[in-house]
Amino acid sequence: MVAHAEIRVVHLSGSKINFREPVITNDSRFLLCASGESVKVYSSSSEECVHDLQGHTDLVSGIVRNPSNHLQVYSCSADGTVRLWDFTDGILIKTFIIGYPIYSIYVSENHGGVVFVVVPMANDKSSELFQLVAVHLPLSGDQEVEARELSAVLCDVSPSGAASFGRKGEYIAAVKGLQLEVFFFKKQKSHRFFLKSGNKKGAKNAFTCVSCHPKEDCIATGHEDGKIRLWRNFNQKKEYTYSTLHWHHGAVNTLQFTPEGTNLLSGGIESVLVQWHYTQENQKDFLPRLGGAITHIAVSPDGSLFCTSHSDNKITIIQSCVKVSAIIQGLVKGEGVRTDLTIDPRSKALVLNGKPGHLQFYSLHRDKLLYNLDIVQQEYIHEEGLDQFEVVKAAFDTRGDWLATVEERTQKGSELEINLKLWVYDEQTQSFMLNTTVIAPHEDQITAMCFSPSPETTMLVTISFDGHFKAWLLADHSDTKEGASWSCDFVGGYHHLKPGCCCFSADGSLLAVGFQEVVTVWSPSWELLTTLSQPPGAIRDLCFGRLSCSKYLLGTSTKNQLCCWNLLTCSLEWSTPVDVSLLQADPLSENMAAFCSQSGCSDLFVFKPGEPRPLYSQKALCTGKVQRAVFAPRDQMLESCEEHAQWLNRSQLYFFTQHMDLMTFSTKTEEDRLLASSKRLMVDDSVAVTPFYLLLGKHRQHQEALTNPMAERIQLPQGSIAIKELLYTPAHVLPSASFLCSMFVRSLLISSSSASEEKEPVEEEMESEEEDSEGEAELRDARQDLGGSAAWGPGEELGAPALTKAQERELRRVKHFDHSWLSSVLEC
Amino acid sequence: MGEFKVHRVRFFDYMPTAIRAMAFNAHTERLALGRMDGSVEIFNFADRYFQEKVIPGKDSRSIEALCWVGGRLFSAGLNGEITEYDLENLRPKYSLEAYGGPIWTITSNSQGAHLAIGCEDGTVKLFEVLEESIQFERNLDRQKGRIISLSWHPSGTQIAAGMMDMIRVFDVPTGELKTAMLLVDRGFGGSKSRETVVWSVVFLSDYTIISGDSAGKVQVWDGHTGTLVKTHLVTKWDVLALSDESSVVVGTSEGTVIQFQFIAPTLQQQQDKEWVRTRTFKNHTHDVRALAEIETAIVSGGMDTQLVVRPLLEKFDERSHASALRKIQFPHRNLVFCAKKAGLLLFQFPGQLELWRLGESDGHVLFLCDICLQGEDHICCSALSSCGGWLAYSTMSSVRLYRLQTDNNDISISKVPKLPKILRSAHQLCFSSDSSKLFAASSQSSVLVIALSQSECKYVHTLKPKSGQQPIHLMTNSVDGKWLATANSDCEIHVYNVQKLKLHCIVPVYGSCPSAMGIHPTTNNLTMVHADQQIFEYSIVEKQYTDWSRKLQKQGLHNLWLDRDTPVTHVTFNPKNPEQILLHDMHMFCIIDQSLPLPDQKTQFYNQMTLRSLSEQERPSHLHAFKICKTFQDLLSVSLLDDQSLVMVERPLLAITCQLPAPVRQKKFAT
Repeated sequence: MVAHAEIRVVHLSGSKINFREPVITNDSRFLLCASGESVKVYSSSSEECVHDLQGHTDLVSGIVRNPSNHLQVYSCSADGTVRLWDFTDGILIKTFIIGYPIYSIYVSENHGGVVFVVVPMANDKSSELFQLVAVHLPLSGDQEVEARELSAVLCDVSPSGAASFGRKGEYIAAVKGLQLEVFFFKKQKSHRFFLKSGNKKGAKNAFTCVSCHPKEDCIATGHEDGKIRLWRNFNQKKEYTYSTLHWHHGAVNTLQFTPEGTNLLSGGIESVLVQWHYTQENQKDFLPRLGGAITHIAVSPDGSLFCTSHSDNKITIIQSCVKVSAIIQGLVKGEGVRTDLTIDPRSKALVLNGKPGHLQFYSLHRDKLLYNLDIVQQEYIHEEGLDQFEVVKAAFDTRGDWLATVEERTQKGSELEINLKLWVYDEQTQSFMLNTTVIAPHEDQITAMCFSPSPETTMLVTISFDGHFKAWLLADHSDTKEGASWSCDFVGGYHHLKPGCCCFSADGSLLAVGFQEVVTVWSPSWELLTTLSQPPGAIRDLCFGRLSCSKYLLGTSTKNQLCCWNLLTCSLEWSTPVDVSLLQADPLSENMAAFCSQSGCSDLFVFKPGEPRPLYSQKALCTGKVQRAVFAPRDQMLESCEEHAQWLNRSQLYFFTQHMDLMTFSTKTEEDRLLASSKRLMVDDSVAVTPFYLLLGKHRQHQEALTNPMAERIQLPQGSIAIKELLYTPAHVLPSASFLCSMFVRSLLISSSSASEEKEPVEEEMESEEEDSEGEAELRDARQDLGGSAAWGPGEELGAPALTKAQERELRRVKHFDHSWLSSVLEC
Repeated sequence: MGEFKVHRVRFFDYMPTAIRAMAFNAHTERLALGRMDGSVEIFNFADRYFQEKVIPGKDSRSIEALCWVGGRLFSAGLNGEITEYDLENLRPKYSLEAYGGPIWTITSNSQGAHLAIGCEDGTVKLFEVLEESIQFERNLDRQKGRIISLSWHPSGTQIAAGMMDMIRVFDVPTGELKTAMLLVDRGFGGSKSRETVVWSVVFLSDYTIISGDSAGKVQVWDGHTGTLVKTHLVTKWDVLALSDESSVVVGTSEGTVIQFQFIAPTLQQQQDKEWVRTRTFKNHTHDVRALAEIETAIVSGGMDTQLVVRPLLEKFDERSHASALRKIQFPHRNLVFCAKKAGLLLFQFPGQLELWRLGESDGHVLFLCDICLQGEDHICCSALSSCGGWLAYSTMSSVRLYRLQTDNNDISISKVPKLPKILRSAHQLCFSSDSSKLFAASSQSSVLVIALSQSECKYVHTLKPKSGQQPIHLMTNSVDGKWLATANSDCEIHVYNVQKLKLHCIVPVYGSCPSAMGIHPTTNNLTMVHADQQIFEYSIVEKQYTDWSRKLQKQGLHNLWLDRDTPVTHVTFNPKNPEQILLHDMHMFCIIDQSLPLPDQKTQFYNQMTLRSLSEQERPSHLHAFKICKTFQDLLSVSLLDDQSLVMVERPLLAITCQLPAPVRQKKFAT
């Protein structure tokens, strides 16, 4: 397992961006949101991701602006750290180690140097009880600081988004269940207000969210039944009073006062942003049709920009409550992926069902939704209990010219409605156009379909529970004006058994269809070539081997069998008793990935059909069953030399866990390259390479050899070097000018001989390497001292220094080169 | 519990009239309530909201506003008259023509020296309150357009008047219009062409004026400068009523009551307070026409005829009967009279009487006749003798006595022509059980005894108490014809010996008004139930409380009994089982069995369901004296006929609601 530690399971793309409230920066130019293990910085005008702040090793659970510096944000994560970032440059400034998983973070400008975080009750980490604690952030120049000065503020709070600071930070209000608790910091006293559970008249009084008026002492709370209550005089036990506003018919998910307190924004399942005029509660404005239930609302500090997070993983940016100016769409994940995960051969995008009735094309490399393709082409009605058409299957042919989709609608008491649609890629519009619609292609559910990969024919095979499989051919009707359309070519079956899966061999010369316990192999002329069976258990998945292993056919059965047949001998080559829930073949290599579920966890085995030993195995990948998986081809090949990581060189394996998280595997080399690319981006971005830049860089090299490991560590996470630090770091985080000045002046004294110049770098390099390794070792020690949670994947952390080394070496080389150029300039 | 044959009577079309005006006298804790038919009711809020007095209405009288000055009650109406009421004799004392056309409002200043009325012709008239009457003093500057609402500044030097489209402030000493002239803007959209009616204004001591108008706005004005401070749009329809104490309460025509509180925006500094809309109550289906805010509750009434007392929960330390929402729908007195021997029912309406005969067990009932009144006075009381041979009713001005002769299904009614001159009007009427005497409660708690015979009726005697000013509201006599008990609003209960025609004794005065009483047919014990739900039994012969009563008081009544919110309005006895006392209020019917142990606080009080599930052997150990039946709801009357059948007169509230005019149409979500 030590060897495998370099392959990590990560949230790389397609993670939730609606997990926590987004943050708009002071100048309204950027929008920050938690996305998996990183914080993404989007441009609020262009919707583009500007930076990806990486550093956390678990889910990021909250972002807040640093009230004392408008260019910085705090982020907190379940890995037990609070990190301070400079988001304009994407630099990690400080890491505060709290030591407990953090679920939310709150700050107030009147509580300087203190952040309020929600952590589990100290006595029991696994408990469902959470408390709000104040953390005094120690003033220390170090990069990593342990913040152990915790003081409990409120006990028993809800883990997310249900607390708010009142006017001038004098009190904090938190809601949970049927209780509103207001804690006054001055008096160190809290008031609790209870509501009745109120079962009569359909009233559900449970609190859902809270927001405090920024200028007046008024607390707005949202409730399950759609009511909003405005509490006043809450410093009295009995004389408190509240008024009720009611527009939402579902629960109020989120509430937010605008910065001046003139308006109150609320949102819920209706996907309507409601703007209540404070003190004129009868007047309200609506922004309807936002496309999905609103989960969070954020307002920019100047009040000009609102943004709403939606349940379909979307962030909408709204200008002055009237105009939707930008939409940042993440991967849409409903309750389940009905279609399999497929890769569009043209755009290399991940394709799965997204919005109701749509297919989404999601670029995994750019972590961006490319577009939605409307498959059903019917109006979707947002109402519970309606049966509407859903896309259940999608398949591409090998070139990406054709797309086949299946949609179905089940209605109680009526027959299943199925439509098979075939779409052709239109070069002109760069999109898929509907070519053929087959109404009721089968009499029962279509269980699988695939295109023939052979280049000669364009053929689609669909199999269904009605006991048949059908082959559809593109017939050219050149006599009519309609052009080519699809028609049924062949209907096959086998002893009235129900087929469950089908697969074409890589060259399209064989079709394997699994009829319960029997695998039938068909030729392109629809002859039944052979049947293979290995009872007991129905066949669940079928896969032909590829490239050198194309003589093998693999099948998994429901009775814990993974079988491999040799098609040349038509006999069972080998079989093992594992419960494979999902079998996936890499289209670019011989590799196969098998996900096995065992005792509530999923294991992964990657193997070649012809080899007895698995290439890679990982136990306890995630809890629960892996729902879907796909090999996505990389845009650039990796040259990983480690044996166990080679299978990831050509493609990446993505999979959906039980909780609909899209996870993938990342290797050390890949992370290196990722960081390298980001660094390169920085250099490219920079202004011209000036002599000053180089001089300072040169000097920094000297310095580096002398600096202590602590200073070395500062650079590690960003992989930055001195020059970059000087030029890129904003002035407020730089060391004092006097310090820099002396450094700078010293660097100007280029009196060293050219001869020594030759040797020095080598020494330097060695020295710095030593330092680096030392730093790394110490870093690791520090981690162990902290006793941080076991979930810490050291891969990325350890990967970073190595990269830095390599990169520095490279850069130094460049610098030497440049230095000579400089000296020539000086000579001139 | 015993088994009874039940006549379930639902054909009494009793219809209360809408509430139009309300005035609360904080000093005496009495609420005066004016209804659309001109009747005035006085509720004693200190005594469980008991309806102490009812002044019957008159066709020509209308009440637009009520006003207390000290202990005196004034009303004004669209007939252009100001009326003062004689609360001891339950009649208008005098009426005064104001010569200003219909009067929309009447209000007194806080000193109680002056009354101001707002007239149709645009004048505000000031009347000086004298000892025995009022006297016109002067007019304030006459304006164009009617004066709808008025409010005095607490200092008495200024008065704000709500008019059509505007509010004006008058200086009272000079009678001049002050410079402040507030224009109320009209509603939005199509209603722009219609005038805005300022239905209500309130002048606060800090010279803030709050107005409610027909465009649905509640507006806060600065009375010095006449500038608009704030507008709250509370409804699409009219804002009809305003009332203030520490907060302002607003009633709207959609039936909601909205509270505004004067709250500082921040907790620390308490200077810059603002009027903030806080709570909304929806207890009415129709227009809220009258509101009063008392110390611990908001009282509202309107078109849906019910009086709602909504306690403000923050004023209470613990939950009790006082902190519960209370709705007063039925009058706290009898409107149904039953002839026990003849099986006749008499229903009393304001303008007519209906006589019905109860049928046999097949449920057949027969409408016999109705007696419509001539003249415009409404009936204040009526009575039917138990033999069914006599019927009497009284209005404000006269008493009528009828002789009934029933012959199978035919009935002949003959009016007794000559009544004694002394019998002018009565607060209560009552026949003796052998129908030989008629008792009529007259002024100053006195009772006139009239002997009845076939040929003539003759005045016999006037029974006078030693003291007592208040009108009698309850009267009952014993079956043997010996005793007569009367109760008046001062909570005094007098027992007279009718044979000797003299006062027998006075029952010790209890602090709460008796709401029902009855004399036991065999033991001659007087059972009294008070408005605070206490029960006493007093032996007339021994002139002291009975042992059972003492035991009951010592042990105390069950909390569930004490927390009921409607008073017991009728007490009868079961002649077959002398241990049983039959009581009822609006929501329940109860038999008290004096032979059974009294329940203590831990006993399950409503135990009928439990008893039913127990076996015969276990049952006796769970029995207690109070047997309560809730099968019958909205009860107006319960009486036990001589043939041991019960007559339950119900008036379902739903049937009342159905007869009301349609409420303001509101869009309801998901309809």
